[in-house]
Amino acid sequence: MRVLSYSPRAWVSVMTLAGALFLWFAATSLSGWINPVVFPTPSETWASFVQIATTGYADGRLDQHIVQSIKLVMLGFGSAAIIGMPLGLWMGRSRYAEAFFNPVFTLIRPIPPLAWIPLAIVWLGLGDAAKVMVIWMAAVVPVVINSFAGVRSIQPQLIEAAEMLGVQRGRFVREVMIPGALPMIFTGLRLSLQSAWTTLVAGELIGAVRGLGHVLTQGSLDIFPSMILVAMLAVAFCGWLMTWALGWLERRAMPWRTAS
Amino acid sequence: MGIGLVGKASDAVEDCLVKSVDLVGRKTVPAHTNANRPRAAVLDNYPYVRRSLAYWSLSIAGLSAFFGIWWLAAATGLAPPQFLPTPLAVAEKFVQLLHQPFAGYTLQEHLWSSLQRYLMGFGLAVALGVPLGLLMGWFRWLDYVVAPLFEILRFIAPIAWVPFAALWFGTGIGGPVLIIFAGAFSPCVVNAYRGAKFVDAYLVEAARMLGASNRMIVLEVLLPAAMPSIMAGLRVSAGLGWMSLVGAELIVASSGIGYMMVQAQSSINTAIVMSSMIAIGAVGGAIDLLLRKIETLAMRNRRRAK
Repeated sequence: MRVLSYSPRAWVSVMTLAGALFLWFAATSLSGWINPVVFPTPSETWASFVQIATTGYADGRLDQHIVQSIKLVMLGFGSAAIIGMPLGLWMGRSRYAEAFFNPVFTLIRPIPPLAWIPLAIVWLGLGDAAKVMVIWMAAVVPVVINSFAGVRSIQPQLIEAAEMLGVQRGRFVREVMIPGALPMIFTGLRLSLQSAWTTLVAGELIGAVRGLGHVLTQGSLDIFPSMILVAMLAVAFCGWLMTWALGWLERRAMPWRTAS
Repeated sequence: MGIGLVGKASDAVEDCLVKSVDLVGRKTVPAHTNANRPRAAVLDNYPYVRRSLAYWSLSIAGLSAFFGIWWLAAATGLAPPQFLPTPLAVAEKFVQLLHQPFAGYTLQEHLWSSLQRYLMGFGLAVALGVPLGLLMGWFRWLDYVVAPLFEILRFIAPIAWVPFAALWFGTGIGGPVLIIFAGAFSPCVVNAYRGAKFVDAYLVEAARMLGASNRMIVLEVLLPAAMPSIMAGLRVSAGLGWMSLVGAELIVASSGIGYMMVQAQSSINTAIVMSSMIAIGAVGGAIDLLLRKIETLAMRNRRRAK
């Protein structure tokens, strides 16, 4: 945890961020060069943050919005991972499963997840169910494709050796297939988490009663730039937090890959 | 219908599995030995033909299961027709949309205005992102200065720029372009940066020893060496940009394919929603295909060298 060691990089980073903050302050509050209706001043942004964190905005406090958004992502992403990983592994193992499922995936894959939103709204309305469906759609494709590619990336010698040694099917899956495919599986999970998060924000922008996207919409309707900025930073923070959590899980799941 | 096909095909698979297990390589049995066999078994002499037949029939079975379930659910009234039209109804609607305007324009006119925005946003992202990434890979001070800011921007979901896009540009063309740019920019930067950073150190050292200037190193060593990574980044960013475009048009636009979808959604016209999804998927797929072609074209020299 050497965040501030004496490496030049860390110092330049801190200086850059401080410089950017100062520039922001100078361009808005000090000189009035940027109209506060177009982009908020730092003090307004802080005030908005305090407002949403304590008294709340758009029918909820900041923590309630964040919990709502993350809950929906976890529901959609989790169910996509639970269904997608075994399906991908199966497709990777069996050429017949691949032949059966791959054409359907090839058809669905080019449709961007966000394009499912109107269909989900027609089918399920503006509630949580529609968002979970869209997130599931967004998350399942990368998981399946990468689990599939992960199995195919295992060295054939390993598979052949296991087969020659007469490894039982269960052990083969647990000890050869899953560990071999794990790096790619995690790549897929990371991609799908990213697209799940984007999709959720879009879904909430289009219609929601709570969540960070709803805060963005409300801020946009009220022409409240500082609240928009706070919500955007909250979106970035949650995105970072979930990526970090997945990275932590990845390190725990693959202790043998500590070299990097 | 769908289920019957699946059953048949998987029988063929079982059969094929048993036969192909002990067949190593292209073993063929002399023709006269199978005179007593039933005719269908002639295929046993050609395990590869047989296997690829099994794959093809399975693929067709998969597709027909997909469309069969869809059709069954729609045709039997399990799902009300306004929520789930049959595949045929969607296809009809699609053709109809080509000459009959919906929400002001026909399908291809909507697509065209989407594509214009897309090309602007994506072009801007490539034109700024790739050079920035390359330069960050070469000039360490630039890397140190830009990286922390970039890290913060990168985690903002592109679609979260929508309120600012609306505030700054209204429903003008700038809004969607900004959002597409936000989606497409970071993969361009990251991949150009990685490509430039992981260039073989000997190449850079050799160029320096021979007295190459910074400009020459970036343009003539780093750029070609980073090309595979850059092209991969372009494909990722093209996909993300296309997705962001759809998202942007769902919220801030008065034309375009996403706008058409929203209009169809609010009048609960599922066939039009599905037709637009098909069009979006087709164009997105075509963009990816085009970039793949460019990729092979850009790297044909590399292949030849190896």
